[in-house]
Amino acid sequence: MAKFEEGLRYSESHEYVRLDGDYAYVGISDYAQHALGNIVYVDMPEVDDEVTAGEEFGAVESVKAASDLIAPVSGTVVEVNEALEDQPELINQDAFATWIIKVQLADPSELDALMDAKAYEAHCAE
Amino acid sequence: MNKTLYGKLVFELSKPGRVGYSLPNDANPAHTTSELPPHLRRAAAPRLPECDELTVVRHYTNLSHNNFGVNDGFYPLGSCTMKYNPVIDEEIAANKTIAGMHPLQPVETCQGALAIYYDLQRMLAELTGMAEVTLNPCAGAHGELTGLMVIRRHHEAQGQTSRTKMLIPDSAHGTNPASAAVCGLEVVEVRSLPDGTVDVGHLRQLLDDLGPQVAGMMMTNPNTLGIFEPRITDIADMVHAAGGLMYYDGANLNALLGECRPGDMGFDVCHINLHKTFATPHGGGGPGSGPVGVRLGLEACLPKPRVRACKLPESDDLFFQVDDLADDSTLGSIGAFFGNYGVMLKAFAYMLTLGADNIKHVGPLATLNANYVKQRLCDDYLLPIAGLCKHECVFDGLRDKSTGVTTLDIAKRLLDYGYHAPTIYFPLLFHEALMIEPTESESRETLDAFIDIMHRIAEEARQDPQLVKTAPHTTPIGRVDDVLAAKHPILTYWQALKA
Repeated sequence: MAKFEEGLRYSESHEYVRLDGDYAYVGISDYAQHALGNIVYVDMPEVDDEVTAGEEFGAVESVKAASDLIAPVSGTVVEVNEALEDQPELINQDAFATWIIKVQLADPSELDALMDAKAYEAHCAE
Repeated sequence: MNKTLYGKLVFELSKPGRVGYSLPNDANPAHTTSELPPHLRRAAAPRLPECDELTVVRHYTNLSHNNFGVNDGFYPLGSCTMKYNPVIDEEIAANKTIAGMHPLQPVETCQGALAIYYDLQRMLAELTGMAEVTLNPCAGAHGELTGLMVIRRHHEAQGQTSRTKMLIPDSAHGTNPASAAVCGLEVVEVRSLPDGTVDVGHLRQLLDDLGPQVAGMMMTNPNTLGIFEPRITDIADMVHAAGGLMYYDGANLNALLGECRPGDMGFDVCHINLHKTFATPHGGGGPGSGPVGVRLGLEACLPKPRVRACKLPESDDLFFQVDDLADDSTLGSIGAFFGNYGVMLKAFAYMLTLGADNIKHVGPLATLNANYVKQRLCDDYLLPIAGLCKHECVFDGLRDKSTGVTTLDIAKRLLDYGYHAPTIYFPLLFHEALMIEPTESESRETLDAFIDIMHRIAEEARQDPQLVKTAPHTTPIGRVDDVLAAKHPILTYWQALKA
C-alpha cells in the first residue's frame, strides 16, 4: 500500500514538497510511483532553470507511461538529483527519500495551496 | 519447422564465404565503387551474415511463424481497431492494370483511376459530413498534421496570427498533442470528468482565459474510453464562439459509421484512418492513408494536387483533371503525388462491397460486440464506468485486487491461449486499464471463446496467481524484462556479443 509521509506538502498531480528553510525538495509521491510502476527514465531541468507552479518541469517515464512533472511551487532550480540519471529506480525504492529537484522558493505562500498528508491521502482515495 | 536450427539469429547461421548467388567477374569500372569519392567508400566490408538462400528462406519462414496477426486469431487491441482486411480488397489493389500505373502519366490515359480517386473523395465527404476531402496524407498522423495545418492556414488568412493554442482533452490519443506540437501549436490540456467525458466547466474557463489565442480543439468521439461525448454540440458551439475550429480525430469513427457524422456534430476538420474504419491493413510502418475532410469555407486551404471533375460538353460524362496549381490559399504539397493510391483502392473496394445500406451496420455491430464483451466480463473485471460504451470498453483490471495479478499479467496470460493481448495501461485515467475492442468483424462464437478464457484467467488468478504472474509459458520467448530493455537496450548482434 502507498505511504503518505506526514510533514510534507502535496499537489493534486502527485508531487510532494519537503521544505528546508528557503528551499524546497520536490519529488513524486509514493502513490505516484506505485501507479507508474517501474521507472526507467527521469527527464529533469537544469540548475538555474526557473520553474513555475502549475507548469511542467520534466517528465517521468515508466514501462507503463510517460508522465509530466508539474511544479508544485515556483522558483529557481539550485540542484537536480543526478543519481537519477543512472538509477531512476531509486524513486521506486523510496520515493520520499529520492527528491528530483531542489528549488529556491520564489513565493513561500504558494505552499498554502498544497495539501497536507491527510488531505492528499483522501485525494488519492477518490 | 526446426526452431532449434533455423530459429537462431541469422548471424549465428552465418558461415564465412557462403553465398546464395554468384555474380560474374565484372571489370566494368562503372559497376564498382572506384568512381565514388574516398570519403563515401567503406573502409571495411559490412559485417553482413553469409548464408545460402535455403537457410535464409527457412530462417525467415520460421521467424514468420512467431508472428500474430488478425488472420491468425482474435486481436482485441483496443484503440487500434484491428478489423479484418477482406481478401477481395487485396485482389483489386494488386490488379496489374491499376498497380502498374504511374502518377505522371497523362490524365487522358488514367481516367478510370482518377474517377475512383474522385469518387472516394466524395464518398468520404458524405460519410463524414464534410464538404471536401483530400486523400493526399500518407497516414493517420500525417492526416492530423495536415488538418491542423489547414486550421493554422485558415486563421492566418483571416489575420488571426495570435491563434496558436490547441485545446486537447487529457484522455486524447498521444498523437494529438504530438501533431499539434509539430504544427507549431501550443497544447492546452482540458480535464476530463470522472466518467471520462470532457469537463465542460474547465473548457469554458480555458476559453475565457485564452480568448483570441484559441486556435481550436481536437477531439476523438467516441473518446478513448469508448464513450460518446453527450455535450458535443455544446462544446462545438463554445469553441466556435471563441473563434476556434473543431478538429475531429477519426480514430474512433468506426463506432459511428453510418450512424452519425463529424460534420453534423459541429466539427470543421477531420481526418480518417482508412486502416481502422475502412479495413485496409495496418501498415506496420508501411503505406497508410489518412484522408482529411473540411467543411465549406476551408476547402481552399487543402493541399494539392486535387482531383476535380468537369462535365464534358454535349455529354453526361465526367472528365477528371488534376489541379496542381500553387495559389495563395493552398498548403501546397504534403507528400509525393496523390498519396498511397493502393491503400485508397482497398478502402474503395471495401465500401462498394458493403454498399450504402450495409455500411450503416458497421458502427452498430462494433458497438454491440463491445457491449456484449463488457457485460459478460464485468463480473470478474472491474468496470470503472457504467453504462453503454461504443466500439470499445475499458476495465480497470480484475475486480479482486487481493491476488496481486495485474493487467500486464492478464495480457501475458492471454498469449498462452492464442489471443493477441488487448491494449493495456491506456488510457491513463485508470491505473490498471485493459481496453478491449472486438470490432464488428467477429462472430458470437469467437467472442464467447474469448470471454471463457478471460473468465478462466480470472479463476487462475484466484487459484494459482503465480501461474498468471509468470506467463506467458507457451510462447517462443517468455516474460520479457521491460525495465532492462528500456534502460539497457541491446539493438544489434555485435552489441550483444560484447555485452
